[in-house]
Amino acid sequence: MAQNYYQKEIETMSREEMRKLQSEKLVKQVKHVYENVPYYRNLMEEKGVTPADIQSIDDLHKLPFLSKADLRDAYPYGLLAKPLADCVRIQSTSGTTGRRVVAFYTQNDINLWEDCCARAIMAAGGTNEDVCQVAYGYGLFTGGPGLNGGSHKVGCLTLPMSSGNTERQIQFMMDLNATILCCTPSYAAYIGETLKEQGYTPDQIPLKAGIFGAEPWTEEMRRGIEASLGIKAYDIYGLTETTGPGVAFECSEQTGMHVNEDHFFAEIIDPDTGEVLPEGSKGELVFTSLDKEAFPLLRYRTRDICVLSREKCSCGRTLIKMAKPMGRTDDMLIIRGVNVFPSQIETVLLNEGYQPNYQIVVDRVRNNDTFEVNVEMSPDQFTDKVSEILTMEKSLANAMKAMLGINPAVHLVAPKTIARSEGKAVRVIDKRKLI
Amino acid sequence: MAIKQLTIFVQNKRGTIVPVTKILADNEVNLRALSIAETNDFGILRLIVNDEVTAEKALRDAGYLLKVIDVVGVKIGDQPGKLSSALEVLDNADINVEYLYAFMARTERHAYVVLRVEDNAAAEAVLTNAGFHMITEADINKL
Repeated sequence: MAQNYYQKEIETMSREEMRKLQSEKLVKQVKHVYENVPYYRNLMEEKGVTPADIQSIDDLHKLPFLSKADLRDAYPYGLLAKPLADCVRIQSTSGTTGRRVVAFYTQNDINLWEDCCARAIMAAGGTNEDVCQVAYGYGLFTGGPGLNGGSHKVGCLTLPMSSGNTERQIQFMMDLNATILCCTPSYAAYIGETLKEQGYTPDQIPLKAGIFGAEPWTEEMRRGIEASLGIKAYDIYGLTETTGPGVAFECSEQTGMHVNEDHFFAEIIDPDTGEVLPEGSKGELVFTSLDKEAFPLLRYRTRDICVLSREKCSCGRTLIKMAKPMGRTDDMLIIRGVNVFPSQIETVLLNEGYQPNYQIVVDRVRNNDTFEVNVEMSPDQFTDKVSEILTMEKSLANAMKAMLGINPAVHLVAPKTIARSEGKAVRVIDKRKLI
Repeated sequence: MAIKQLTIFVQNKRGTIVPVTKILADNEVNLRALSIAETNDFGILRLIVNDEVTAEKALRDAGYLLKVIDVVGVKIGDQPGKLSSALEVLDNADINVEYLYAFMARTERHAYVVLRVEDNAAAEAVLTNAGFHMITEADINKL
């Protein structure tokens, strides 16, 4: 397959040139942050680091980390590195838990982000001949705007569908011969099922490729979507904190995602010690923006657990590859495409008169997430009547559904029966295998 | 007049009853009757024992979630139709039975039925009026 590159000189740059580019950019980026973000300057001062200590990418490990907690503390303007007059856009996470992240963009930041998405679209075989249907949500969510911008840069005819209204998605797809679909993998699977129900066979569907991300999905799901839509399905990775989708993207080899490392430098660290781990080690993924203006983040801990690899790729790109994240170190779970925080479960339990002693068990059975919550019952809640316990379970499940939007199976259990490690209850057991 | 029932919460897993019976045995508590209500996830053990004070303490110390409640015990002749007539009495008095279980006495020609109702006194009154004999803690201890 002939390879399309959006920015070939960068995407196929030699290792030495890339390090040089990254080093030059990092020195400037650190200076920019130090001078304009008092919050991060304080963190550097606490660690006794000054911009002069950062001469190349090899010095990156000297810098302090940023975490989601820092983003919360600094909300909304604490990490802003440009005057608002220079900013043209915000994007935000859903913030259903009050942990809203608001990221700011200058026009240059948006250009950089859209370039990243354009690289992803071209790696999926996109050209200006393509019709790109963007069925990610538009608005505060980064999915729609990111891929929309990338699609423009490639020169595709862009269908800014946003998510939902599947009938209309299918009508536009069929009538306008959409060739590339961008959405969450679960929505792609749903569109595939709906097309099948309507009697379409994969060869009647004009799509050739799909760019799917924003939630965990398995290799098995990928094969299912590819078969049902008659396409090749590409993974894409990103987070609002760094820009949005396009931080990393998959190529035709489908063995991991190339990190746009001229903009985002990736490290893998030991999540407990913070120590940088050698290539090929499994650990927490950390990103450093190298040339962002409004919302530069240095050593931002993503909480995603994954592996980086520099093995030669058949697509010709030399950009480092990250494996699909295998899980998260922090507490956020994505269950059936919905963000679930243990703190939400805790809130429901307290509202309903329970102690916050619980355990979330998530698994994936035939492509569907199962979601169970075990809750310890206090002695005064215990009754000898089975029907009453079942009613209590049902009403707790309803209260959780109202809070989260998805329905858990609630199991009441005896006090002190939830597994504890070193005295601390294990709140989340995620049994899903993501690779 | 009511008798004491030990009510113990257990997970519905293999072997969860063994430690309960072991604790009772170690404390020389004798089981008179046992019933289990179970769902896919959990079970509720209901026990009548000769010494519920010792049993309760021992199980609580072992960390079990349990409750001691009063239930009605009624003595019933070991003949066909006797249980039915007792239940009819309750039904006629509009007393709802949540659950019941029965056990046989070793020596007498009697069955003992344990009844879980909302209002023990009312159930005992109508059953006594209908000529049934209630069993007491003293009776249980003699068994």
